Amino acid sequence: MLDRAFPNDLPALPGVGYKPQHYASIIADPAPVGWLEIHAENYMGDGGRPLAQLRHLAERFPISVHGVGLSIGGDGRLDADHLARLKHLCDWLNPASFSEHLAWSTHDSAFLNDLLPLPYTDATLTRVADHVDELQAVLGRRILLENPSSYLAFAESHWSETDFLREVARRTGCGLLLDVNNVFVSATNLGLDARAYIADFPLDQVGEIHLGGHDEDHDDQGRPLLIDSHGAEIADPVWTLLGETLALSGPRPVLVEWDNDVPDWPVLAAEASRAARALDPLTKVPA
Amino acid sequence: MSTQTDFRMALLDPDRPAPPNLQDGRGGAAGRRFAVYRNNVAVSLGEALETGFPTVAKLLGEQNFRGIAALFLRATPPQSPLMMTYGSGFADFLAGFAPVQHLGYLADVARLDYAMRLSYHAADAQALAPEALQTLMSGDLSVARLTLAPALRLIRSDWPLHAIWRFNHDDGPAPAPRAEAVLITRPEFDPVPWVLPPGGAVFITAILNGATLGDAFEAASTDTPEFDLSALLALLIQDQCITGMESQT
Repeated sequence: MLDRAFPNDLPALPGVGYKPQHYASIIADPAPVGWLEIHAENYMGDGGRPLAQLRHLAERFPISVHGVGLSIGGDGRLDADHLARLKHLCDWLNPASFSEHLAWSTHDSAFLNDLLPLPYTDATLTRVADHVDELQAVLGRRILLENPSSYLAFAESHWSETDFLREVARRTGCGLLLDVNNVFVSATNLGLDARAYIADFPLDQVGEIHLGGHDEDHDDQGRPLLIDSHGAEIADPVWTLLGETLALSGPRPVLVEWDNDVPDWPVLAAEASRAARALDPLTKVPA
Repeated sequence: MSTQTDFRMALLDPDRPAPPNLQDGRGGAAGRRFAVYRNNVAVSLGEALETGFPTVAKLLGEQNFRGIAALFLRATPPQSPLMMTYGSGFADFLAGFAPVQHLGYLADVARLDYAMRLSYHAADAQALAPEALQTLMSGDLSVARLTLAPALRLIRSDWPLHAIWRFNHDDGPAPAPRAEAVLITRPEFDPVPWVLPPGGAVFITAILNGATLGDAFEAASTDTPEFDLSALLALLIQDQCITGMESQT
């Protein structure tokens, strides 16, 4: 297990999704960035540059491990090989946080490389809670579960997403990862009220907040259909929603995700600085 | 049939209708909203394959590659969430794919691309120190057995595989028709493909199978009388490929 000379938890500061092309810039001057998030599946090789870079970064920054491939919402058993790989990574890295998604991506062993939607039913709730229990038992730690971005809904759903996540957290003891861009995207796409969603979200369970860019498309009726692309700057209404969220939740670690058409470091650092300004008023002691 | 079975079948087959229980959040039909997921799956896996097979992608051109990637996905969806291993069966798929049979070398190029990727992610290993290598050189070479770095890979081909790679990545000269074996080394973090001299692939294969240097040399010399052991050993030493040596059985 790696040793660290600093407190190993996520600070209520901006973080960024780590991209290898930013390695030298981050080492030279991380500016407002207080922690980094990695996608677990990119660090499951046996060696080479990815693990060497991660070892160096973990000596300087708290690291959040974000799984994108476990398929917690899958209707089959969790992939035992993949659970073992996640455990191996977490045992070695001893990350400040581990998170995964309320979604499925594998079916009958076919991995589809997307975060696919779930009907919010009692059966889904039982399955997801069982899988979260299993994951937390294997890792020996509390995980955070992230709200998805949705493009459609299921006729059979009878839980609201906020109630569903609250109940998973209550049954399993897991924490939650609140992706504010996902809230904005889902609310726009499904005709919901993003502010009401945030107001109803169990904010006391939130261990981390995500932000990312989205693209705009249209559905068959010409209504806006937002695509969670992680390939652009964060939209202004999402920043507004972040401010409203933080006012309710208090300071939290806030991550900027930019996974496609990744920009040069200064552009990403500027987004992180904007997140720092959103956090700043909350960290001042009131007069 | 479960919801996820329906969903997956429709995701991978654009001719199947979207599952009927999908809605737009306001009680209406989901319509083209399902296509967002279909597109995410096809594009993200197509891009992962393209990233993983840069030489094949260059040879085919983007449009052809994306088309073949979509057919490969439908035929054999990935069996693991590790994108670093996606496409382990792509070379065999190309070897059996009729529309590219005129590109006889394409499957071997895919094997090379994949081997470069595996080398990149392979375990680290400390190369033997110069003093240890000197001991090796001064002792009885013929009974020594070498351990080679885990990142080392060997690809044998009936085609000018290394020349094709250089032509596409290093502005090398146009490949001349001949068979080439490629040795991939990883001196630090970046894999490097080398063309092996005649007999070199026989030698490396024997070493990887645990033969003594003497037996490996004899096998290579039988295959190629002019086999040059010292040049190949120099490459293995220079690129830090020799990680262990024992002089007794």
